[in-house]
Amino acid sequence: MEDVVPLLLLLLCVSSAAAQLCAPDASNGYKVRLSLLTALGDEAYVWNDSEMFLFRAAMAFAMRTADGQNYNVSNVLVCDETPRVSFWFVVTSPLNSSLLVERRQVEEAVRKSRNRINSAFLLTDNTLEFLGIPPTLVAPTPPSSPPWLIVFGVVMGAVGAGIVLVLGTSVMQSRREKKKAQTGFEEGEEESRAEGNGAASDSVYNLSFSDDDRLTQM
Amino acid sequence: MRLVLPNPGLDDRIPSHADLERMEKEEAGDRPKWDNKAQYLLTCVGFCVGLGNVWRFSYLCQSHGGGAFMIPFLILVVLEGIPLLYLEFAIGQRLRKGSVGVWSAISPYLAGVGVASMTVSFLVGMYYNTIIAWVMWYFFNSFQSPLPWSQCPLNDNLTDLVSECKRSSPVDYFWYRETLNTSVTIEDAGGVQWWIVLCLATAWSVLYICCIRGIETTGKAVYVTSTLPYVVLTIFLIRGLTLKGSVDGIKFLFTPDLDELVNPETWLDAGAQVFYSFSLAFGGLISFSSYNSIHNNCEQDAVIISIINGFTSIFAATVIYSIIGFRATEQFDACLHDNILLLLNAFDLSEGMFTEGNYDEVLQNLNSTISGSEVIQGLDLSTCNLRTFLSEGVEGTGLAFIVFTEAITKMPVSPLWSVLFFIMLFCLGLSTMFGSIEGVVVPLQDLQIFPKNCPKEVLTGVVCLVSFSIALIFALPSGNYWLALFDSFAGSIPLLIIAFCEMTAVAYLYGMDRFNKDIEFMIGHKPNIFWQAAWRVVSPLIVLVIFVFYFVTKVNSELTYLTWNPNSENFPVLEAIPYPSWVYVIIFVLAGLPGLFIPAFALYTLFQRCCCKKNINILELNTVSAKVNMYENQ
Repeated sequence: MEDVVPLLLLLLCVSSAAAQLCAPDASNGYKVRLSLLTALGDEAYVWNDSEMFLFRAAMAFAMRTADGQNYNVSNVLVCDETPRVSFWFVVTSPLNSSLLVERRQVEEAVRKSRNRINSAFLLTDNTLEFLGIPPTLVAPTPPSSPPWLIVFGVVMGAVGAGIVLVLGTSVMQSRREKKKAQTGFEEGEEESRAEGNGAASDSVYNLSFSDDDRLTQM
Repeated sequence: MRLVLPNPGLDDRIPSHADLERMEKEEAGDRPKWDNKAQYLLTCVGFCVGLGNVWRFSYLCQSHGGGAFMIPFLILVVLEGIPLLYLEFAIGQRLRKGSVGVWSAISPYLAGVGVASMTVSFLVGMYYNTIIAWVMWYFFNSFQSPLPWSQCPLNDNLTDLVSECKRSSPVDYFWYRETLNTSVTIEDAGGVQWWIVLCLATAWSVLYICCIRGIETTGKAVYVTSTLPYVVLTIFLIRGLTLKGSVDGIKFLFTPDLDELVNPETWLDAGAQVFYSFSLAFGGLISFSSYNSIHNNCEQDAVIISIINGFTSIFAATVIYSIIGFRATEQFDACLHDNILLLLNAFDLSEGMFTEGNYDEVLQNLNSTISGSEVIQGLDLSTCNLRTFLSEGVEGTGLAFIVFTEAITKMPVSPLWSVLFFIMLFCLGLSTMFGSIEGVVVPLQDLQIFPKNCPKEVLTGVVCLVSFSIALIFALPSGNYWLALFDSFAGSIPLLIIAFCEMTAVAYLYGMDRFNKDIEFMIGHKPNIFWQAAWRVVSPLIVLVIFVFYFVTKVNSELTYLTWNPNSENFPVLEAIPYPSWVYVIIFVLAGLPGLFIPAFALYTLFQRCCCKKNINILELNTVSAKVNMYENQ
């Protein structure tokens, strides 16, 4: 009986210490919010203690990667869980379990391993929120040449080729017509001269009744 | 008793019926001809059906009482549209000349009407082709996934999205900043935007190659440009109907609100829409009709084209609003989702609390406690109303480049729909441009400004080049404001004046009796009492009323324009600021100058006749062939 009381007192102290370490609006803690239904819809899993264990393990992993020290699952304390699925967490130092790791260090660790933490839960930056740690934006890679210039080049090339083609055929056609008109003119003149000479050899050929339409341009 | 003004010498200026028969039989002349009737109909349909059918009619329909708007629209199509169309077709087919030629033939004092038509065609063609250049820019940018207007770019520090984009939306940003790079006021000039210049060059080059030999080449091009829009619209309709919320959009569009019929503005807007949608008074339709054979049934053509035009407007409105309905539903869902998220986070409720449709219920429950309602007030929830989203009616470039592009980004396989949409807009615009170019080139030929043996290719090239150079003003950062200016003033008042003059000239200078006989000669029967009443009284009256109201409202109101100002208070809502005073000069030139050509040319001809009586056009030649009719016995 006498052994139990100090043990109980110790447990109370530890738990109260733990409770004091992790509380909503703790100075060195972060609020986490998960939106499982939004992210996964029908395939959403139920949030239970095992998932919480996974979170604490992922956080320990993140701290290890950033810090190098041997963080454990027990170093990540969680409290104030809500049905929303949101909770507060703090990280204690592996060397001294009553000392909290600085807020900035936790933020750095989370930023570094954000992708890994997200993938562990099949979530994204928007659905696994660390309130106070904004998601890093992915800079879009600019393409080597703007794609619109390529399409523009293709279209202009086709149009330009078309214009040259059409103008070229027009020029050739007009040259051909000029040649035809010239040879036709010469043939016509010879014919009428022959007629005139045959019909009335001693009179001047009278042009007033001949069909001039072909030769003169209206 | 028919009122006809004296018009001496009319018979000498126009070919007689016998001449026409002869010309028809011999197929004489260097006048081009249509290969077949389909080409002619497709060209006219293409000219009439343009961007306005897509983005102006749907807006008017929705804002003036939906299905009820059909009533004034259809009535005015019958009373105003078809008679005017028939008149232009008939006069072109009878006198076989372009617009300047036709009006000069009716009376030398009326050459100004043709010149006014040419000027309006030129001015409208310039800014219309700039819109096509913008369409091409979007088309070029559609060949990438994701589409560039679907996300905001990051700022230079890579810490956040660009502020201008974040406060408005990615589509707004892409349109106003990355496409137009629009300035704050119309006065802020800057350098020309090289990417817009490239797109302008493309647009004018494509137009040039299609119009290079007149209807010989445009006749082939219209097989594609006039039919493709209908194919694309059908595809969009089918796709649209499978999207969530599209039926809401269509229902919203067509739900009639019969109270709007009492509002005179509804009738005026319907009249104006009918008038502009038929592309009347540009001169292009007269030209196209003059290439027909003399006995072509122009009455049937006018009715067919009017029906097709009206049907296209209604069809396009349906398609547009099915997509707008989809977009509005998406916006409504997103608005609700944001509200739900705020509530969940504030009250730490489980996500499953909100299911489809119980939003109001749950909100009420939360609001019932005092602490709950305090928290909710602090959250500043936005009210989500589907009707509000649907009635964010947009028209003009805003509809095509902002609203519709946003809707496309929400559809799966967006680049495909984007490419299809902008090809459709391109074809719609290009086929209208064919008529514009025809309305400029043919009068230039008739006026004999260029030497007679100048080939048509060169003339068309010169027109395209000059238009392109002047249109570079639309490539400035303030270009969008200039374009809105041109759209409001160059393409509105002058057309009404020209149309009124056309109708009075034919009815009272050419003579209704003569016109009736001509039509009887051409198609076999005289036009019935409906056409007579329309041409002589009803249609001119409607046009006059619309003109008076337009003029009065424009003159009385302070002229303002909408600007995109990132520093304004209500950003991203466009800010309306008044025009600077020097712009009024330009407005006068755009709106007044074409109309002033009519009296100017009349006075000039009067002056010429009075003072220089020797130089009257009729040359008296003492030749045997002129005195003796050589072809009488053929």
